[in-house]
Amino acid sequence: MTATAPPRPAAPASPPSPPSPGRRVAGRLLRWWRQLTAMRTALILLFLLAVAAIPGSLLPQRSLSQSDVAGYLAEYPTLGPWLDRLYLFDVFSSPWFAAIYLLLFISLIGCVVPRAIEHGRSLFTPPPTAPRHLQRLPESAALTTSLAGPAALDVVEEELRVRRFRVVRREGRSGPEASAEKGYLRETGNVLFHLSLLALLLGLAGGKLWGYEGSILVTEGQGFCNAFQQYDTHRSGPLVDGEDLSRLCVDLEDFEAEYEENLTAASYTADINWELDGADPVGTTIGVNDPLRVGGDRVYVTGHGFSPVFSITRPDGQTFTDLSAPFLPADLGTMLSQGVLKVPDLGAGSTEQLAIEGFLAPTGVLEAGFLTSINPRPLDPKVGIDVYTGYLGLDSGLPQSVYALDREQIDRGLLNRVARTNLAVGESTTLPDGTVVTFSGLKEFAALQVSHDPGQVWVLGASIAVLVGLLGMLLVRRERVFARSDPAPDGGGTVLSIGSLTRGSADTGPRFTSLTEDVQAALAARADAPASTPAARGHGPAPDEEAPPS
Amino acid sequence: MIDESLAALSDTLFSISVGLYSLAVVAFCAELAFGRSVRGRSEQLVAAGGVPAQPPVDVRAAGEPVEPTRARRLGLVAMVLTGLGAVAHAGVLVARGMATDRLPWGNMYEFATAVVLVAVVAYLVLAVRAPSLRHIGVFLLAPVVLSMVLIGLFLYAEAGPLVAALRSSWLAIHVSTATIGFGIFFVSGIASALYLVRSRRDATVAAGAATGAPAAPSLLDRLPTAAALDRTAHRTAVFGFPIWTFAVIAGAIWAESAWGRFWGWDPKETWAFIAWIVYAAYLHARTTAGWRGRPSAWINIVGLVVMIFNLLFVNLVSTGLHSYGGV
Repeated sequence: MTATAPPRPAAPASPPSPPSPGRRVAGRLLRWWRQLTAMRTALILLFLLAVAAIPGSLLPQRSLSQSDVAGYLAEYPTLGPWLDRLYLFDVFSSPWFAAIYLLLFISLIGCVVPRAIEHGRSLFTPPPTAPRHLQRLPESAALTTSLAGPAALDVVEEELRVRRFRVVRREGRSGPEASAEKGYLRETGNVLFHLSLLALLLGLAGGKLWGYEGSILVTEGQGFCNAFQQYDTHRSGPLVDGEDLSRLCVDLEDFEAEYEENLTAASYTADINWELDGADPVGTTIGVNDPLRVGGDRVYVTGHGFSPVFSITRPDGQTFTDLSAPFLPADLGTMLSQGVLKVPDLGAGSTEQLAIEGFLAPTGVLEAGFLTSINPRPLDPKVGIDVYTGYLGLDSGLPQSVYALDREQIDRGLLNRVARTNLAVGESTTLPDGTVVTFSGLKEFAALQVSHDPGQVWVLGASIAVLVGLLGMLLVRRERVFARSDPAPDGGGTVLSIGSLTRGSADTGPRFTSLTEDVQAALAARADAPASTPAARGHGPAPDEEAPPS
Repeated sequence: MIDESLAALSDTLFSISVGLYSLAVVAFCAELAFGRSVRGRSEQLVAAGGVPAQPPVDVRAAGEPVEPTRARRLGLVAMVLTGLGAVAHAGVLVARGMATDRLPWGNMYEFATAVVLVAVVAYLVLAVRAPSLRHIGVFLLAPVVLSMVLIGLFLYAEAGPLVAALRSSWLAIHVSTATIGFGIFFVSGIASALYLVRSRRDATVAAGAATGAPAAPSLLDRLPTAAALDRTAHRTAVFGFPIWTFAVIAGAIWAESAWGRFWGWDPKETWAFIAWIVYAAYLHARTTAGWRGRPSAWINIVGLVVMIFNLLFVNLVSTGLHSYGGV
């Protein structure tokens, strides 16, 4: 738009002084802040976050399986350590992943806090004044009526209030006008959605800092208490003090696995007795999808398996009965399990140690000398074992797995295989030195897990708020309607111009039409002589001599 | 207890629905072919007249009257075939559910079948509400037929009972909403792909008109307008996004009671998160200057690719807690 402006008075001729260093830094920081909080930056950060999560699903992660990571490192001895240096086995706790989501959340704060303040202000300010050219709004109409201007606007206001608009009447430059607005919940939802994401992140962080979990294999008839030294494995947040753990003790009375006809696992249930703070034990049953929740802790059944029971009779008549160790299921379909029973002490007068390593089949069949299982239920238990004697290396100072032998002792010749055999329940084998090893039966064990996450209730509340905000943001329309009355050009009555502006919906036409039709009907009912006809309804600029505002 | 005759009925209905969808594809193709001569000319006039300043509010008004009767009849036939196919398709799941006496989405075969059904139903609803959108039928049903054939060939699992971990009322909540969300995103992604095709075609036509060498008429002129496609993609994504959000939250609640933690970056969880991020980016991009139109349509397509990857790769290739593939 070209317009001749009046000549501006000459500015005082002082050369711009160079900004002070402090102001320069402030200016640069402000520029960075603006860049960070721009929607474009937020979009790029969103993409980065999505891309950064990908390696976490493609590479083994320590948080999911330590052994998978160890296996990967062993398989790729050159590439593996490099990936490890880049935190690619701990993607979701890596500094660069944290950097992305923290930047994203800072950007989000910078974007949403000003919007929240602005929105809070708008809740207490009346709808804005009507634009000068109502016919230029996306939806507009002009109605003529015999009513006087204010009376016609009364009708419009009534119709808008019925539709739950907030209406304000003003005396505008070109006549009386009404501004109306509704759908404030849209922006409220938007602000709620983004702030709830922040709350969700805080809840997550709290849970990571003060949460812990411990896992333990418990054989029927045994139990454990909630203490890190009792667990087979545990993980705890940096702010967890081992002394602060709840005083919860759990005894496993009975474990039961049920199967369908086609051997699909139907349910795992564990009958447990638990006690908190030394109170009386309480009996309950927990199972898959059904943990025990008590005192901010949850107790889960995460798996089960069998421990073979052996008895050993030494040549001198000493007998050790009820020796057992959990064998871990290698195949959940048939419960073929693998493990080792280590017997470091064979009684007085013997420096030798003994180990029984091998497979356990709950329903075993021998195929060409190899033991396999055909049913996960313990219908006909068999073991296929190697018996070793010698030195186990348990006191060597190096930690070793409970579920496998230390291969180094075998390679060094300190631990020697003295028998290999398959045994059914009650069968025994005699070692060269006269020791008799008998497979006397099975015990069932359950894998139990105790979890504590003080943040999860917050996270749940925040995610519900995220969803509510999202629904408000996506379903509510923000609508503004403006109306103005002008005297009709021919002198008789009033021309009522109505225009509307909607954010968040494409299909505004029918709603606006229904509004104008209702207004028109009400005008006609109010006026003594219904002399109104719709005119100039539709889209696009109405013929107008004025240029659009530039 | 598996009712074998109902399970067999379910399998038969699967074949019938694939057959009906295939016939519908043929009918949609015929509609395009026979509708072309008349429609192509009229569309070109509209296109050559320049892009209207305001996109028409009512897309069904654009071009509908010039459609030849034969094409309209073929289109109707195609719609009826699609509807019948959807009925048979729903029958697949109902018979499965009755045969196994449980919700029929307990393994990948059933889940993927349900997702495709949601996509077809979403398309039917759209096409009935805005008849001009009917013309995306062939572009939607062709992938549907392809998906169904691949599901039948590679994901098929015998009717059977649920594994213990899935026996929870959250199956009805989490998996149902995930299915609905996925099916709607499927339609949304195809609408965005067609938007890309149509907007390129519009650019070609506009360039042709500018140089005085009008572009040859094309079947692509039969697609709904670029604006209508973009709006359809956006609206379906807006509808699907809260559903997907709910599905993820419900999954987290279920995971808390099943696996001992509500979120553990299991591969399925990771990819559900990635998909959520991508769709959030799509909805933001639609309102960001410089990202509207084609860039945001590409984001929507990336979202669909992520969803499909999450279904196939995570269940079939990687090992995680969600490996209920049954294949």
